[in-house]
Amino acid sequence: MRLCLAVEAALVEAVRVLPPDVEAALRRAQEREDGEYAKLALSHILEDIDIARSSPLPLCQDCGLFLVLVSLGRGCPMPVAEIEREVLEGCRRAVEKASYRRSAVSDPVYGRTNTGDNLPPVIHWELVDGDGLMVDILLKGFGSENCGGVRMLRPTEGEDGVVSAVVDMVRQAGGKPCPPMFLGIGLGGTMDRAALLSKKALVREVGRPNAQARYARLEERILEEVDRLGIGAGGLGGCNTCLSVAIETAPTHIAGLPLALSISCWADRKAHIEWREEWSH
Amino acid sequence: MVTLTLPYRQGELEGIRAGDEVVISGVLYVGRDQVHKRLYEAIASGKPLPFDFCGNGIYYMGPSPAPEGWPIGAAGPTTSARMDPYTPCLMEHGLRLSIGKGPRSEDVRLACQRTASVYLQAYGGCGALYGRTVRKVENVAYPELGPEALIRLTVEDFPAICIIDSRGRLLGI
Repeated sequence: MRLCLAVEAALVEAVRVLPPDVEAALRRAQEREDGEYAKLALSHILEDIDIARSSPLPLCQDCGLFLVLVSLGRGCPMPVAEIEREVLEGCRRAVEKASYRRSAVSDPVYGRTNTGDNLPPVIHWELVDGDGLMVDILLKGFGSENCGGVRMLRPTEGEDGVVSAVVDMVRQAGGKPCPPMFLGIGLGGTMDRAALLSKKALVREVGRPNAQARYARLEERILEEVDRLGIGAGGLGGCNTCLSVAIETAPTHIAGLPLALSISCWADRKAHIEWREEWSH
Repeated sequence: MVTLTLPYRQGELEGIRAGDEVVISGVLYVGRDQVHKRLYEAIASGKPLPFDFCGNGIYYMGPSPAPEGWPIGAAGPTTSARMDPYTPCLMEHGLRLSIGKGPRSEDVRLACQRTASVYLQAYGGCGALYGRTVRKVENVAYPELGPEALIRLTVEDFPAICIIDSRGRLLGI
């Protein structure tokens, strides 16, 4: 199977079927919820998941922009231009085959003409050790994307500054990003690096904590404080504002503490494609 | 639970209270960002409107393409707050029922109170669930807007919750 066919298959599936970790988190949320309206919202969400799985209908009409994160082994035998071509072709085929909504416009300000094929994707490349290849694709809906942001904190603001900035942004978002939400937080680097890290954090499996204990604790603290806002499923109150917080970090400058927050709606759709030996031929 | 058949009859919206579960059947007009801009401009320049506001409601939505054998694809609500700048003007001109997702501005709540209009919230992200309630889709205006065109749906058992009622009461959570 060519890389483009693997991308196509993964995206055809991802628009209708949530990753198991995401679905499990939503089912757990329903079990512990006791807010009347939030329970109603969660039961509709679970029904939507069942309908999409057993019909050709996407989970959500906003099938998102493709946000592609490529981790390319320095020793990977596949030429980078070929990887790019195959990823683009896989995205194009999936849009056709799975009735993706065409949500991409060619210019952000003038005309806003629809590109007609939901392309181009946003692609980020990262070189890593080894000879493999990993492609992670988020179907990034914009109800939630519009609620993310970057804050350039003072270097002395530390953990409390991080927590209060995130809580503030989530409070501002309220019910708009289709909660229960999943939070990706990028800390450090430059403004743009923090933003990219926040997307990388969203890719991480739900419930798997940061490898560093202090950041794992910070993830837990943010989750608790965000849930205390009481926004809840569908913005209708209750105890399930957020189902997971993932933090990714990078070294930064003595004068700054860049923070970026990316929010995913409950329909946290993603595809993961790993290197196959057959692509080396 | 309240059942609402659209177009609604005079006095019917007044019977819906903030917090009510509302199940809608009948005809629903669909428009989002660009449609709102155009309706607003039509009103401002005195041009005719593409549908009768009286008795009808607008659903903030842009569907995904219909798979073979289905009238529509996924068809869940989009964020209502983006329509907030236009909504009071449309309510003043008789469009008294809107359906979308998420909170509205205080201006919209006040406009609901002033014009006895109602805002219902559909369940965000539930595109397949709402797609399955659609029986028929007809084009009304602005086809050049693609997935943002103004269309008319016939729906059956479309679930929603009343967030702002005709007296301007907000669902207290």
